[in-house]
Amino acid sequence: MPSDAVLAAPAVSAPVTATPVLRVSGLSVEYRTARGVVHALDNVSFELAPGETLGIVGESGCGKSTLARAVVRLLDPSAGTIRLGETDITHATRRRMRAARRDLQMVLQDPAASLDPRWTVGDLLAEPLEIHGIGSRAERRARVADLLDKVGLPPEAAQRRPHEFSGGQRQRIGIARALALEPKVVVLDEPVSALDVSVQAQILNLLTDLQRTLGVSFLFIGHDLSVVEYVSDRVAVMYLGRIVELGGRDSLWRRPAHPYTRALLDAAPRIDGPSAPAGPGLTGDTPSPYDLPSGCRFHTRCPIAADVCRRLAPAMQALSPGHHVACHFPDSGSEPPSMQSAINS
Amino acid sequence: MALPETVSLPPARADFRDTTVGRLLRRPSALLGLLLLAGILAMAAFADIAFTGDPLDMAGMPLLRPGEDAAFPLGTDMMGRDLASGIFHGARVSLLIGGVAALVSLVIGIGIGALSGYYGGRVDRALMRVTELFQTIPPFLFTLALVAILQPSIATITAAIGITSWSGLARLVRAEVLRLRNSELAQASIILGASDARIIFRHILPNALAPVIVSASILVATAILTESSLSFLGLGDPNVVSWGGMVGAGRETIRTDPHVAAIPGVAIVIAVLALNLLGDGLNDVLSSKGERR
Amino acid sequence: MSHAVPNEPVLAVDGLSIGFQTRRGLLPAVRELSFSVRSGEMLAIVGESGCGKSLTALALLGLIPPPGRVTGGTVRLEGRDLLALDEAALRRVRGARIAMIFQEPMTALNPVLTVGEQIMEAILEHEPVSRKAARKRTLALLERVRIPDPERRFAEYPHRLSGGMRQRVMIAMALAGAPAVLVADEPTTALDVTIQAQILSLIDELRREQGTAVVFITHDLGVVSRYVDRVLVMYAGRKVEERDTRDLFADPLHPYTRGLIAAQPRAGAGAAGAVRERLAEIPGTVPALAAMPAGCAFAPRCPLADERCVQAVPPPRRAGSGLVACHHAGETHAL
Repeated sequence: MPSDAVLAAPAVSAPVTATPVLRVSGLSVEYRTARGVVHALDNVSFELAPGETLGIVGESGCGKSTLARAVVRLLDPSAGTIRLGETDITHATRRRMRAARRDLQMVLQDPAASLDPRWTVGDLLAEPLEIHGIGSRAERRARVADLLDKVGLPPEAAQRRPHEFSGGQRQRIGIARALALEPKVVVLDEPVSALDVSVQAQILNLLTDLQRTLGVSFLFIGHDLSVVEYVSDRVAVMYLGRIVELGGRDSLWRRPAHPYTRALLDAAPRIDGPSAPAGPGLTGDTPSPYDLPSGCRFHTRCPIAADVCRRLAPAMQALSPGHHVACHFPDSGSEPPSMQSAINS
Repeated sequence: MALPETVSLPPARADFRDTTVGRLLRRPSALLGLLLLAGILAMAAFADIAFTGDPLDMAGMPLLRPGEDAAFPLGTDMMGRDLASGIFHGARVSLLIGGVAALVSLVIGIGIGALSGYYGGRVDRALMRVTELFQTIPPFLFTLALVAILQPSIATITAAIGITSWSGLARLVRAEVLRLRNSELAQASIILGASDARIIFRHILPNALAPVIVSASILVATAILTESSLSFLGLGDPNVVSWGGMVGAGRETIRTDPHVAAIPGVAIVIAVLALNLLGDGLNDVLSSKGERR
Repeated sequence: MSHAVPNEPVLAVDGLSIGFQTRRGLLPAVRELSFSVRSGEMLAIVGESGCGKSLTALALLGLIPPPGRVTGGTVRLEGRDLLALDEAALRRVRGARIAMIFQEPMTALNPVLTVGEQIMEAILEHEPVSRKAARKRTLALLERVRIPDPERRFAEYPHRLSGGMRQRVMIAMALAGAPAVLVADEPTTALDVTIQAQILSLIDELRREQGTAVVFITHDLGVVSRYVDRVLVMYAGRKVEERDTRDLFADPLHPYTRGLIAAQPRAGAGAAGAVRERLAEIPGTVPALAAMPAGCAFAPRCPLADERCVQAVPPPRRAGSGLVACHHAGETHAL
């Protein structure tokens, strides 16, 4: 494990050159409920390169958790495809999916709920190996010790049960469990949202270290902008089931082109940011997913909405290589003053 | 600030007082229930040693009062059968029928509840329809009818009670499984690639067990009562002595010698009370398990 | 930033201690906490879970749930010690002179009463006005907290409203008695950032215009840096630092404060040449209430800790614009 204070991150914001480990295209998910059909995810496409972290950020109801669940096939998509390496897993059966899961794992938000309280940590970490018939009993035990070491837990942890650990320690166990099968892709659904700042820093550092040593790709779902910015190489911003902007982390933070991205960055105060928001902020609430706005779904709250926005959903367009936006009037100009001060300070 | 610091763990907690059994024993009512139950179990276990003869044989003068003859501390009935011997041997039959009948309904109830809750949809609708059918027929009349048709014996009585008393349990298990099936616990297992059988048997059912254990103790109590009622009505196994049968036999002399019916009656009350106290205690202990400290 | 008026503080807390009564004795959760707030000032109490900040908020309104209880100190609201009042007198003060809003408004709102009825009730509780006047006041309050179409929202039930709207209703209810002090316990933690910004600027505007003193409980340092005048940092039940916001972020004096700020992911941490800085970690975890160290509670996790820190609790000392409780205050620059 590296001991230097600064880590080199993989190349940022360049167009993806290596063969993607995960390719999602045109993915849609619909729920049928008593109140009607909810279009939770609408035509979402992205690729994930080896060793890369793609952050997915947005507010409640934007579909980021639905996306995470659809990618690991906890939900069935209604349209689109999901490719894991060369395999199309969009409609894979439970049996076919089992093999794919060796390469595709997930860390859930609340390890207290996802780790069986009756099992010891050792058994919980050995379970994925047992399911896939990997190794002998002794080999699995050795692997458990190795996993505990990787996530910074002492070997004695194997004999304990999940409730004996703190929130941060439990999330380490959740991460170790997801890494047990040496997957190529790990979906992380708000893995640090329930943690205190100092513990959050421990987990974020751990994730960065693990990615560097294992070369695993992360799909990182989050709502905290500074956390997503910190861990991601590229970031997709979602609003009401659609990706509205996708770009390299720096490109997106310096030159946010979608008015929603700008409002989001402006609304989230940070200790090293400007002391007051630059704009007036968004008014009103996110519209109900049962009754989606026509055209561009953001037009009801958008400060620059025009007639065309109400009629036509904007298509994704490239602003610069690797930076895409879905807006009829993207701000392709220079850095907005507020963001400039945020970055320079 | 380089390596992720190896995290130190809190000291292991091996305090007996914090285990389920430990917490149960600290509740006076549950402790009383356990002691009473242990007493009944001991009576059943030592019945052959304490009372060697057949409890259905005439042993002494008929209708001896308790204490009248030191050889028969609880007295005798109108046929001269030893009541103490009957209570000891009857404990066997009551516990056997109660326990096995509860086991039968546990197997049926957990099976149907688990399948129904886990798979949902058409499986759920079909199984719940069957469950409702069983719920709409009054269980005692149902049992009575079955035993009357099948001829009373320990086996048929046990089977009849088991078959008629699982519906409430099935609904309980279904609700628990349904809850756990949609929990992150089950989702985490699906993501790891676990099979349905593994998810159901290794993660969902063990975590759904707490309310099942509680209702199991009540099921045993209800089965004992049902068996007693059947025996009282003369539908018990004629070849063995049972508490219900003894009450039934004492009915004719209830005005002159009430002890003949009262003594086995008290035995039934104590057994049912013990199981209910235990059930209440288990309910308190298991449902508050999450809140530690 | 500072809008403190040079007058007497409206709320003065002195030596407040709160403990939990358990089978194994009294566990202290908040110890000898002192602070004060002036009209129109916004004071933030920050710290991580279990530091005692929410318990402190509840104590200000006499709402500590058993087995917790106040074991010492005074809470003076406009000169009157609230801890000495009986329940009836306390109820007259609550809502009228000091009010509170919570993280999850749904738990504080009555689901079977309409929004309007609940606010009216809050008004009628404290003032002998007619129902008609109370209704008029309610509509004005709904408008005051920027709820669109107040006439229609008046007749709506809480579950029909979004999280942001519910929090606005809570604020309207809190304002019904025109309180001198508003206690806000993580009021925006459950909300999305764009909604959070709306609610925070509303609270900010209210205290500027009405001179309400705000005690703001939060774990979010970003929010603190943008909206708050003065910050009180708590760790394991004690105040470790209290400073003007600007000073605190520019030059944190307590090693814990410094650690908290450094653990926060920064803007553009990887901006210069695709290099990602490691986040600073605070090693270890917060000590359990039952196993509090004898000296400074932060000593086991502190890089500066020495013999003195293990033995004696550092008393709060003056430092520039505020106070710091550390034997090594100021030496943090060496880190």
